Amino acid sequence: MGIEQFIDNEVKSNDVVLFMKGTPQAPMCGFSAQVIQILDYLGVPYKGLNVLESEDLRNGVKAYSNWPTIPQLYVKGEFVGGCDIVREMFQAGELQSLMKDSGMSVKTPA
Amino acid sequence: MPMNANDIEKLIKTRIPDAEVTIRDLAGDGDHYAATVIAESFRGKSRVQQHQLVYEALKGQMGGALHALALQTGIPEA
Repeated sequence: MGIEQFIDNEVKSNDVVLFMKGTPQAPMCGFSAQVIQILDYLGVPYKGLNVLESEDLRNGVKAYSNWPTIPQLYVKGEFVGGCDIVREMFQAGELQSLMKDSGMSVKTPA
Repeated sequence: MPMNANDIEKLIKTRIPDAEVTIRDLAGDGDHYAATVIAESFRGKSRVQQHQLVYEALKGQMGGALHALALQTGIPEA
């Protein structure tokens, strides 16, 4: 299976996928860590894929999304954005709406 | 290889002539920047598309020479 097909399959078979440096438990980059914090705060399940484990994956996902940097967040197969966009959307409440509209329950602060 | 803020601004304006560009050197090391790019031509485009235009303007420097460019884009307020 080619890398493009692998990525396509991952983002379409998981509701929320984060291409990141490191793992959700041990992010290796501040930008990746920020997105993890936001996803954990929302309490949505997601799959983290570590691009540091595979140069193929790292280059492949940049080509797939036409986006030059990591992290990259996908929801329901759609590219949502990198760290800046995710943070902006979170602060505006748009990320929460996107998750809800995609059929996921989002933890709201008490 | 760090880039200076003027070069970044010039690259962006070449591709997006109506852009109003504000760049801050976050760490003073010529390597970590935050840019705000406001352009009327962004109207009707998604955030991802707006950022992609800026990245396109930077011609592959992003993720290479430019490790850290925090980016915020938008359209001018009426």
